[in-house]
Amino acid sequence: MKISMILNGKKTEAEIDADMLLIDFVRSQGCYSVKRGCETSNCGLCTVFLEGKPVLSCSVLAARANGCKVDTLEGLQEEAEEFGSFIAGQGAEQCGFCNPGMIMNAIALFRENPDPSEEEIKEYLAGNLCRCSGYEGQLRGILNFLAWKKQQGGAS
Amino acid sequence: MIKIKDYVRVGSLEEAYELNQKRSACILGGMLWTKMGQRQVQTAIDLSGLGLDQIEESEEEFSIGCMVTLRQMEEHEGLNAYTDGAARESVRSIVGVQFRNLATVGGSIFGRFGFSDVLTLFLALDTEVELVHAGRMPLAEFACSKRDRDVLVRLIVKKHEGVTVYQSHRNSRTDFPVLTCAVRVEDGKGCAVLGARPAKAARVELPAELAEKLAAGKASAEELKAAASEISDQFTYGSNMRGSAEYRHHLGRVLLRRCMEEIQKKEEQ
Amino acid sequence: MSRENHIYEPDWSGRTDQLCSVNKPVIKKDALALVTGKPVYVDDLAPKDCLIVKVLRSPHANAIVKSVKKTAAERVPGIEAIYTWEDVPKQRFTMAGQTYPEPSPYDRLILDQHVRYVGDPVAIIAGKDEKCVDRARKLLKVEYEVLPAILDFHQSKDNELLVHPEESWKSLCPVGADNQRNLCASAEDHNGDVEAVLAECDEVVEHTYHVRAAQQAMMETFRTYCFMDTYGRLNVLSSTQIVYHARRILSNALGIPKSKIRVSKPRIGGGFGAKQTVVAEIFPAFVTWKTGKPSKMIFTREESQTASTPRHEMEVTIRLGAMKDGRIRAIDLYTLSNTGAYGEHGPTTVGLSGHKSIPMYGSLEAYRFAYDVVYSNVMSAGAYRGYGATQGIFAVESAVSEMAARLGIDPIRIREQNMVREGQFMPAYYGETANSCALDQCVERAKEMIGWDEKYPCRDMGNGKVRSVGIAMAMQGSCISNLDVGSATIKVNDDGGYTMLIAAADMGTGCDTILSQMAAECLECDVDDITVVGADTDTSPYDSGSYASSTTYITGKAVEKACMTLRKRICALAAERMNVPEDETEFTGTGVVHEKSGSSMTMEEIATAAMCNNGIALEATESNCSPVSPPPYMAGAVEIELDKETGEVRILDYAAVVDCGTVINPNLARVQVEGGLVQGIGMTLFENIQYTDKGQMINNSFMQYKVPTRLDMGKLRVEFRSSYEPTGPFGAKSIGEIVINTPAPALAHAIYNATGLWFRELPITSEQIAMGIAEKECE
Repeated sequence: MKISMILNGKKTEAEIDADMLLIDFVRSQGCYSVKRGCETSNCGLCTVFLEGKPVLSCSVLAARANGCKVDTLEGLQEEAEEFGSFIAGQGAEQCGFCNPGMIMNAIALFRENPDPSEEEIKEYLAGNLCRCSGYEGQLRGILNFLAWKKQQGGAS
Repeated sequence: MIKIKDYVRVGSLEEAYELNQKRSACILGGMLWTKMGQRQVQTAIDLSGLGLDQIEESEEEFSIGCMVTLRQMEEHEGLNAYTDGAARESVRSIVGVQFRNLATVGGSIFGRFGFSDVLTLFLALDTEVELVHAGRMPLAEFACSKRDRDVLVRLIVKKHEGVTVYQSHRNSRTDFPVLTCAVRVEDGKGCAVLGARPAKAARVELPAELAEKLAAGKASAEELKAAASEISDQFTYGSNMRGSAEYRHHLGRVLLRRCMEEIQKKEEQ
Repeated sequence: MSRENHIYEPDWSGRTDQLCSVNKPVIKKDALALVTGKPVYVDDLAPKDCLIVKVLRSPHANAIVKSVKKTAAERVPGIEAIYTWEDVPKQRFTMAGQTYPEPSPYDRLILDQHVRYVGDPVAIIAGKDEKCVDRARKLLKVEYEVLPAILDFHQSKDNELLVHPEESWKSLCPVGADNQRNLCASAEDHNGDVEAVLAECDEVVEHTYHVRAAQQAMMETFRTYCFMDTYGRLNVLSSTQIVYHARRILSNALGIPKSKIRVSKPRIGGGFGAKQTVVAEIFPAFVTWKTGKPSKMIFTREESQTASTPRHEMEVTIRLGAMKDGRIRAIDLYTLSNTGAYGEHGPTTVGLSGHKSIPMYGSLEAYRFAYDVVYSNVMSAGAYRGYGATQGIFAVESAVSEMAARLGIDPIRIREQNMVREGQFMPAYYGETANSCALDQCVERAKEMIGWDEKYPCRDMGNGKVRSVGIAMAMQGSCISNLDVGSATIKVNDDGGYTMLIAAADMGTGCDTILSQMAAECLECDVDDITVVGADTDTSPYDSGSYASSTTYITGKAVEKACMTLRKRICALAAERMNVPEDETEFTGTGVVHEKSGSSMTMEEIATAAMCNNGIALEATESNCSPVSPPPYMAGAVEIELDKETGEVRILDYAAVVDCGTVINPNLARVQVEGGLVQGIGMTLFENIQYTDKGQMINNSFMQYKVPTRLDMGKLRVEFRSSYEPTGPFGAKSIGEIVINTPAPALAHAIYNATGLWFRELPITSEQIAMGIAEKECE
């Protein structure tokens, strides 16, 4: 079947099988930031935005995204670099494999709730597994980023 | 992984119902559970285009479309005000936000899953389901019925004056529950629901005297303990990898008592 | 600090505060690529049209493959090849990434007619896409002769039923292996008369502690991409910690010369020891070698959970003897280790269960350590962070806390009284001396951080909740002494900067950056001036690989040595061009000066000179091996809140204080600690391994195997108390593995302090706690 979506701001059309998953579709379109870490919708590595909302692309049919707006980290490079540098500032990116999914979901959190508490951060990102960092460094990076953002806001 | 031949985004419920009469057809909910199966599906039916992704609130009831996500349930102000936050409490431990942005209320209820937090909550409320073919029926009746080829359209929750409390125990914070528990007291009546036993959630009515005491906030600690023990004995428990029958029974006593304590506290407010 | 008058010397003891690049929180060189999601992993780099390789796995725990009917499967459009046991070489090998001759027995074939666990490969299928491979796999008809299986490892030793009855089984090293007894290894060593000393002790604690085969569960599963290159050589791009060992293993398995194989690695999505074993590589390598076509194999999470190399399940039985005054005098320790169907890392992991737990107590007058490593019909085990030390330390530290409780002595005091101190000889640690040890400071600081004196043992919070604290110490090694080799090549680039070639594997840990920091320190330049080229058997100097906590300590020293040699060469070339005696020149980082004549050359001038009319190569390669393996030490103190009714344990605070010698990169070291703690917490409280009575593993996904989320780990606080290790680069020791060792004993201790119950089996689930309390209350 034929589908068409706005992938990272660009109209993208393709002929696909009905059971193709969105993760495989976006990877086939060169969006390699989207990773697969499990088959059971538990790890959060494959997080993309579907109509602006963070979802697990391993659990969405590409067909279902027909006519939708889909964003991956490839389409959010500036934000990724800006926020990611705070994760790197802690050495918490580590192996990096979970980073794109975590960073996508963190960006979703900041859009929904620009001033989250520690508990809100943990709860929102609970579906993003990381086996390297022990999460603490990611949290430090997020808090530093939010403090910096606040300062930026205050300055402008 | 599920294999799908054709994908159809239907234009009407009738179309969905027609297509779904074939055994090789499958209605897509959030896909989270469905995709892990080994099924060969001829026609995957998507209800996304029917506007069933809304929670509508009126004076008398909530109407919750089958495509409403768990995340919507978690964030809906009206539903959470009505349930004293139990709606949020019942879903917030389910994997993660991205998962809950996909998982649907319809999928959770139609699956009649043993582990379902959602079923546990709605069984404690005055809930009906609406099906394309069978029409409306109480959720408790639907939950006990066998899976058929009907199409779940929405849940209807009738409003009453009352208090709801939801608690669950999980081995780790976002795991499946070892036991779920919802207690509701309304209009001088009360009920308790235990799910993930690991059999699917079931409901028992509270003795009227107990319900009244809870509503008045007057049950003593001893009474609550005894009542929790008695109520928990009315359920059956089984074992699986997450816990033994004995542990679940033990948790039943604990969670029922804690839920009732919480009800009393809320009634006092 | 300023680099002026900064003259490099190898001995930094007492001056580590003067370091410029080392001991600084430098951001990882690959950080930007990783946080922006660049395509830098195996599956991002493999071409879209390469063959997809999968295997069909045995549904039986022990069986003989009678026949495989593959005609129907071969007819599926797109199928390139299907291989069974009849198609593969017949010489056995081990998949363990260890220095040759490997202590692990040669007990594997690529495909074996005898399948020994649920998940053992039966056939390899290669085709143009996943769909056709999946279809073909379903169409394969296998006839099995199902055999009885050994699923309980207690039943294995000297059982009539043999996991490896075959004559071609072979053990290369004297590790006490005997396939006719189901033994993968067996040994004993001791110092002093342990029975006599135990007999004199006032108290003896004797218990058995059980640790299951927990999973590394790195986010990127096992994966490999292979292709044939211009020269007809097999190129293997793999997510591996051990490029050189992988090349040898592939050579053994495929029966082709090493010179025909190149192994390299891109970025790796985590390893934790899992990728110290060749797990995925063999299958696509075989396919590509046979077909000449590029292929890749990507393990599913289920395969990673059920057919890989988790921790060795161990039962550690300890007898610990002490006097009433708290003096610990003897430890007798026996470990029964379950290596599963194959022996990867079996003979070596078990050694650490005694040799890296017993030496924590310097007070011992005698010890004995004996072990058996047995085969059984479950997934084979391998290397996982901690490598046996984790299991041994859970036993020893729990027993010490039990002893303290029995004697009515504060559990921190008993440790202060008996722990190993700097300068002490350690008979149970290969006869080495603790030349750098700040364990006492670690314990003291952890005690302060957690507020031990106010919180020990517990406080009732009402509503069934109790808050309590627990403590544990840990040690590990920094390499495999007298065995493993690390190397580095460093060369001057055209612009005066440097390129460093290594075969140590950065698996997210940051060794590319850490080793660059050391090179920058030695060459008195910026870390940015060092370009790193990672592990590739065609270009990197030989390195055993990244395991045994060794990269910083072993390869780090090789970097230091290579840089010192290069400095001399730079001076030699400059002296020649300036026409001055070499021994009067001085390397300054920015160039070379000859003070007497006032002449000097910049690095750029020297680099340019090197490319014209020059016979001095501006590059140096050095290797390093160490006669000792200096242990890092640490203390972990935890505060929990325990719900006595549900049994739920919540971690409120975890204070960890580590002596890893000089900290090369404080950020990366801290994250190592935090990551290790959370893995340790996971295996202690949630990560369960359960088998059906048919030997099928139930916890075969992230749905059923629960690694901690960020809601499960509480608050972690990490500090360092650094000793100075004279044999390490800049005084450094290791940190990668030790960090997983304290959570199990510290949490078990805290749970005891909350409930009065000892739990000696992991994971300690809320059910065990709640039902244990309920049972105790009934009594």
